Amino acid sequence: MNQVDARGYSCPEPVLMTKKALKNGTPLVVLVDNETPLQNVRRFAMNNGYQVTWKEVGEDYELTITK
Amino acid sequence: MSGLPRPADPNLLVGYDSSDDAAVYKVSDDVAMIQTVDFFPPVVDDPYTFGQIAATNALSDVYAMGGKPTLAMNLLAFPSCLPLEAVGDILAGGASKVTEAGAVIAGGHSIDDQEPKYGLCVTGLVHPQHILTNSGAKEGDILVLTKALGTGILSTAAKAELLEQEDYDHMVALMTTLNKYAAQAAVPLHPNACTDVTGFGLVGHVKEMAQGCGHTIELWAGKVPIVPAALALARDGIIPAGAYRNMDFAQDDVCQADGIPQEVVDCMYDPQTAGGLLVSLPEAQVPELLRRMEEEGVPAVPVGMVRPRGDKWVHIKP
Repeated sequence: MNQVDARGYSCPEPVLMTKKALKNGTPLVVLVDNETPLQNVRRFAMNNGYQVTWKEVGEDYELTITK
Repeated sequence: MSGLPRPADPNLLVGYDSSDDAAVYKVSDDVAMIQTVDFFPPVVDDPYTFGQIAATNALSDVYAMGGKPTLAMNLLAFPSCLPLEAVGDILAGGASKVTEAGAVIAGGHSIDDQEPKYGLCVTGLVHPQHILTNSGAKEGDILVLTKALGTGILSTAAKAELLEQEDYDHMVALMTTLNKYAAQAAVPLHPNACTDVTGFGLVGHVKEMAQGCGHTIELWAGKVPIVPAALALARDGIIPAGAYRNMDFAQDDVCQADGIPQEVVDCMYDPQTAGGLLVSLPEAQVPELLRRMEEEGVPAVPVGMVRPRGDKWVHIKP
């Protein structure tokens, strides 16, 4: 499974990492550690024609991006 | 600040209890002194430009209170490992804006620090009866904004080198334009209220204005000037953490109509550096204000209206 661990990175890095990883296809799982990258990755994916689901995993968030 | 004792001096005309832009202290019946201080880490790489931005931002609070800057003191933190030339460039950039404001730099203080920071403590003067606060808006007033929004989003993108040169130049132009010219157009008309749009974003500052006057303020999202590149970046999720903090902070006091594009709303919460003035004045004076703004070269736009008190402090309409 295509996965990006963007925990510990601050904006806009998680979005840039997601963008790069999406070139390898979906589904893509993205891990982030606060709400700013959660919202930013969601906005990026949804506005670029992807579907996004997310859940809390401990203190982090896991987004799943599909076409 | 809420835990501190309330100041008791009757000459302190504006203190921190009304979340205003600066403190105002009455010196005599004809003269009040405005005091404000602001400093922050670099928002751009070029030291001269950073100095200009920091000074434009620090001077802005004096204009937002209806005053004229007279005296400024530098505040500088700088790592000793960086070249002294950069220090000189930051200070020169700051001085250029203080000079343009018609004020003088009288000194300052610097310390050694890991991350550079620069700003100014600025003193201005205003007639005590002509102080512009952020709490005097009246029902029926129109709110006029004097700079486009988006500098927080744009500077986030600039840090990752995502900006085209043209958009970078646009961002720098916004952040280095003194609110002097907007104030020159607005102050003689004695508006009911004024503030500058900075860290809390447009909605956050409008919320403070609404709470200050006890009325609800309606914002017209479709009219709010926003840098086009910032809208595109917001759609791509290049939004600073501060914008989300502003949304969290304001959400209980704001209601938003359906159908407003998310990126427009995001930009309305974007924290601004050296943002424009937000001037509240009667509708009948708006044409005169806009004519005066145009003469000063300020692209001012009506963005909202003061309404009777509703269930929320701010209504965002399409």
